[in-house]
Amino acid sequence: MEQVNQGRENVYPQAAQAFYRTLSQAAISAATPIAAVLVALAFGAALLWVNGFNGSDVVTVMIFGSFQDMRSVGEILLKATPLILIGAGLCVAFRCSIWNIGAEGQLYVGAIAATLVGTNLEGLSVWVHAPLVMLAGAVAGAAWAGIAGYLKVRFQASEIVTTIMLNYIAIILTSYLVTGPMKDASAAYPQSARLLREAWTPRIVSDMRLHIGILVAVVLAVALYIFLQKSSRGFALRVVGLNPHAARYAGMNVKRNVMIAICISGAMAGLAGAFEVAGVTHRLYQNISPGYGFEGIAVALLANNNPLAAIISGGLFATLRSGSEVLQITSQVPQVLVLVIQGIVILSVVAFAKLRDTLRIVA
Amino acid sequence: MDDMMLLTFLATLAGAAWRLATPLIFASIGEIFSERAGVLNIGLEGTMLVGAFCGFATAFATDSVLLGLIAGIAGGMVFGLIFAFFTITIKADQIVVGAALNLLGLGLTAFLFRTYYVSTGKGIEIAQPINIPWLSDLPFIGEAFFRQNLIVYSTILVTILAALVLYRTSFGLTLRAVGEHPRAADVAGRNVAAYRYSAVLVGTGLAGLGGAFLTLGHSNQFVEGITSGRGFIALAVVVFARWSPIGAFFVSLLFGLFYALQLMLQAQASIVVPYQLLQALPYIMTIITLVVVRGKGAAPSKLGQPYDMR
Repeated sequence: MEQVNQGRENVYPQAAQAFYRTLSQAAISAATPIAAVLVALAFGAALLWVNGFNGSDVVTVMIFGSFQDMRSVGEILLKATPLILIGAGLCVAFRCSIWNIGAEGQLYVGAIAATLVGTNLEGLSVWVHAPLVMLAGAVAGAAWAGIAGYLKVRFQASEIVTTIMLNYIAIILTSYLVTGPMKDASAAYPQSARLLREAWTPRIVSDMRLHIGILVAVVLAVALYIFLQKSSRGFALRVVGLNPHAARYAGMNVKRNVMIAICISGAMAGLAGAFEVAGVTHRLYQNISPGYGFEGIAVALLANNNPLAAIISGGLFATLRSGSEVLQITSQVPQVLVLVIQGIVILSVVAFAKLRDTLRIVA
Repeated sequence: MDDMMLLTFLATLAGAAWRLATPLIFASIGEIFSERAGVLNIGLEGTMLVGAFCGFATAFATDSVLLGLIAGIAGGMVFGLIFAFFTITIKADQIVVGAALNLLGLGLTAFLFRTYYVSTGKGIEIAQPINIPWLSDLPFIGEAFFRQNLIVYSTILVTILAALVLYRTSFGLTLRAVGEHPRAADVAGRNVAAYRYSAVLVGTGLAGLGGAFLTLGHSNQFVEGITSGRGFIALAVVVFARWSPIGAFFVSLLFGLFYALQLMLQAQASIVVPYQLLQALPYIMTIITLVVVRGKGAAPSKLGQPYDMR
């Protein structure tokens, strides 16, 4: 057996061998999430069937129904934008073992900051104003997450609890602002004034809502992947995540790495909030996010905390979300079905990953 | 006259605080069991929602509060079984599984509520206050403490029982050992997994009861996300109470007071503070609590870690 293998190894040039190895590794690591999604869809179908809906709708309507024309694909990508941003950011935090459950709140705070910058500062060119709005969102999100980070490194306050509390506080703050100080006086409904034209995130095609945020999201996800895998800072973050004691022993500043990781994830969520306001609604509303911050957690976990894979899992969850909207319209299936599918996806990812480890040990 | 009004206000406030503390008392004492055995269940929020929904649906069908409460506990324990299977049997990360259960709890209950109940718009019979003879006629104190429903009274019983079980029985001793030093418990012939399973089941059963109180003893309706973060606040209560049931009772009362203050001040037209600030009060206080009670001194040393026999 050994000899046969050795013989084959000599036949292939090294590069081809490395390529083959990468390919098979990718196939193995892709198998788990694919299986997890299939299990979750099956569960969703069963849930529909048990409750008197048409179970096969999960595939025919939820998956295929949302790919009807270019416009519907554009809408999926529009939903994928915040999911990829948040998911990729959370990959960084989770790799550092920081359980940031507060992306939803960080998104809201980012949206508030983007609205403040976007409704004021008249007379700037679009080349200055639009990026400034994005920057404001990212900074605000990072700062909001930084509160939880600081409380963790300074007072050992569990970031799980503090980030969740900060979610509620950010959402309540938004509700206060759009009903009070930031309310558009001429509107009956609680909403802010409209952002100045120059502050809007430019669209990709003028007659579709899709804006350049999707490109920014993909570029940043790739950048975060390179940061985590290739930079020394990214290495430090991962070591802190695996074993803080070892990291400290190796002379790494654990507290600083924790702060950096949580602030990166906050910045990404804040940027997502800025895009929702500047790219989609052009005003701040009370419920600016349908739970993207929580969905981002599922995106990161399905991607196995790899920002590059978060692009794909973000796209997948966006498809499911679009599909669940179609399903509600066509078959009156409550749209919250998508939350159930997300939950099952996470549980299946966990179960299949353990199964794979067990098989590996046996083999 | 002003003093009288203040006293009446305080009495109503105290009564409301105890009522609003009730779900937190159940959930946090439940979580203490689970954390003492080394299992951190952040899926408490989803578990409480399941309890609230099962309680509501059962009472809706049977008109019985008691059956509703039992269903709430059972629903919580079913979620507990899932949590225990994933975290104890296949040793998955407790935080990841907890996050999944929160999504599942919110999604499933909202899905079923919208499918079957939202259009009925009907409420249910809820547990009625029981006036304790003589005591309930006491001025002010009677109003605050002796005109509650049976579920609220039962928090005292549950607290004392929990403290007795944890500190005065061999089951409680072993449970705590399993969280502090599972290997020692294992070597001494105790089944670590079985103890952790029972701790999680007690914990989620109580969380389910806490959720069921919201629909059966407080409002008479189910609302999507009715727990509004109480499962997470209960996690903070546990830290503040230093993993002690009696501590959790009083810390929950403190949080109940924040909730009650928020509701009663909102009703006062003369208060100029924006109502959102009052709304945010329990959440802000939770963060402050975690800062004031810093450190993990009293935490079970193996909290959050799966136990591997190998």
